[in-house]
Amino acid sequence: MTDEALLEVRGLKVGFPTPDGLVRASDTVDLRVYPQETLGLIGETGSGKTVLGMAILRLLQPNTIIEGEIRYRGRDLLTLPEDDMRKVRGREIGIVLQNSGTSLNPVYTVGTQIAEAVTLHQGLNGPDAWQRAVELLDTVGIPDPVRMAGEYPHQFSGGMRERALIATALACRPTLLIADEPTKGLDAVTKRGIIDLFSEIDRDHRSVLFITHDIETVEDLATRVAVMYAGEIVEVGGAKEVLGDPAHPYTRGLLASLPERGMQPIPGSAPSLITPPPGCRFSPRCGRACGDCRSEHPGLVEVGPGHYARCMLYDRG
Amino acid sequence: MIEVSNIRTYFTTGFIHRRVVRAVDDVSFQIEGGETLGLVGESGCGKTTLGRSILRLIEPDEGRVVVSGTDVTALSRKDLRRFRPRMQMIFQDAYASLNPRMRVSESISEPLNIHRMGSRADIDRRVRELIDEVGLNEELLNRRPYELSGGQNQRVVLARILALKPEFIVADEPTSALDVSVQAQILNLIRDLGQEYDMSCLYISHDLGVIRAMSNRVAVMLEGRIVEIGRATDVLDRPCHPYTRRLVGAPGSLESTPFTGALDMVEERPGHWVEETAARQGAHPPER
Repeated sequence: MTDEALLEVRGLKVGFPTPDGLVRASDTVDLRVYPQETLGLIGETGSGKTVLGMAILRLLQPNTIIEGEIRYRGRDLLTLPEDDMRKVRGREIGIVLQNSGTSLNPVYTVGTQIAEAVTLHQGLNGPDAWQRAVELLDTVGIPDPVRMAGEYPHQFSGGMRERALIATALACRPTLLIADEPTKGLDAVTKRGIIDLFSEIDRDHRSVLFITHDIETVEDLATRVAVMYAGEIVEVGGAKEVLGDPAHPYTRGLLASLPERGMQPIPGSAPSLITPPPGCRFSPRCGRACGDCRSEHPGLVEVGPGHYARCMLYDRG
Repeated sequence: MIEVSNIRTYFTTGFIHRRVVRAVDDVSFQIEGGETLGLVGESGCGKTTLGRSILRLIEPDEGRVVVSGTDVTALSRKDLRRFRPRMQMIFQDAYASLNPRMRVSESISEPLNIHRMGSRADIDRRVRELIDEVGLNEELLNRRPYELSGGQNQRVVLARILALKPEFIVADEPTSALDVSVQAQILNLIRDLGQEYDMSCLYISHDLGVIRAMSNRVAVMLEGRIVEIGRATDVLDRPCHPYTRRLVGAPGSLESTPFTGALDMVEERPGHWVEETAARQGAHPPER
């Protein structure tokens, strides 16, 4: 791992205006993705992880309020003209969106849809683009790719659709791949296949931001892990450290609630993102919260080499 | 006690090229009183169809289901309706299981009213007891499903089911749409209430962690058949069938193995049955 980050998110705030107030889906997020690493971003529903992935590629609705910087290879993506941004999407940064069922167009064959990306970004046409689409399907482990390229999405199973989407995202050999819940809704055997695929494909050339709520998957794939809670990064560090010896009470609670690790639930439920609790956002549910936790907002503090946690337990002046 | 014998449910698909799908193909097992049998298998293997066939939400083509001495498969429609309170189902999507126009209090009291279980005052009192038992605040009694979170809705579904004090429940992936911290809350609740109410349970999931946490015994389903069944620790830690071994990710088991034909079951160790293919291949794994 080199010191130079491929992607650096600085002080990112994303807000959605609603009739009830501004929903702060992402609040002052700092995050780096280094070359050739797989960063696992974990968090529960509504913690803001998908929004973060979408914000990086500027795929959010126009009325979204976005502040901060997203630097990719030195350029701030947030201030890039739309024409230049279009060249970044797909070509530099690929994305595999959630819900493979709805991400593919049902009226075109899978091959056509992959070839479209190839034509658009790499200038290959007709038979060459098709040939490339077949190769890509082969790379992601679709059996009989020549025939399957001519099939429609509904003829693919859930796991195969996920593979097809990954193939589309890989079409232009992006340097950074953002994968949003690629294993959601898949059964154990299919899921393991997708995890294996991610661990095999071209790891030397590309970084992956792997967004998921599935901790087991992150354990298998990630070199580093970031944990999101209520729009904030609450812990980030090496995968072994964060998952093996978590520092933040939320991360500990999350791991302890896994059926394999004792199934101890975290009391309460996630806070509102319109009026988050004062002080530490996890304090109302935290067994170790004291007076300061409810009034002061902790910053990310280094608790070990490259391992940071946002908690008053460590934030002592 | 629940006795399921030789259940078959076939579907016919296709208009011109008619094809028979053997969704459930000759499945038999028993669940003791108060016991939970976990049912695992990948999507499309027939687990949901089996669960529904047992409760006659889908009519099985053949076979017998006996719940506490009553042959459910022989009941007339009218008698079946009377028997329904004793066997209930929890579905994956709690939001879709609840009537969007009903308040929480109405959803929970509805089954009590339908089966005429008590006076209005009794039912009111029972609803309050139930909402407390599933860990919800009374303030939520006037809310509707869209005003509640996924976990809260699943709690309402549980209260609604417990209202009937069933002897047997089929839980079909009740937590797969929930986050892990909420999942842990609901799983603990199902387990505790299951013990308190002494319910037998068929717990369907493709999540092995959940299955291990919830089940006394585990059955593994493949292409409509049960290929391995036994105590949870035997099946998950000392799997014998090649498919189970692949499912639990046992070392050297990732290459696919062809599975063919329905075969007899062989008893590997006391109460641990495996389809004959696996036994005959002598695929005895080292103990883990």
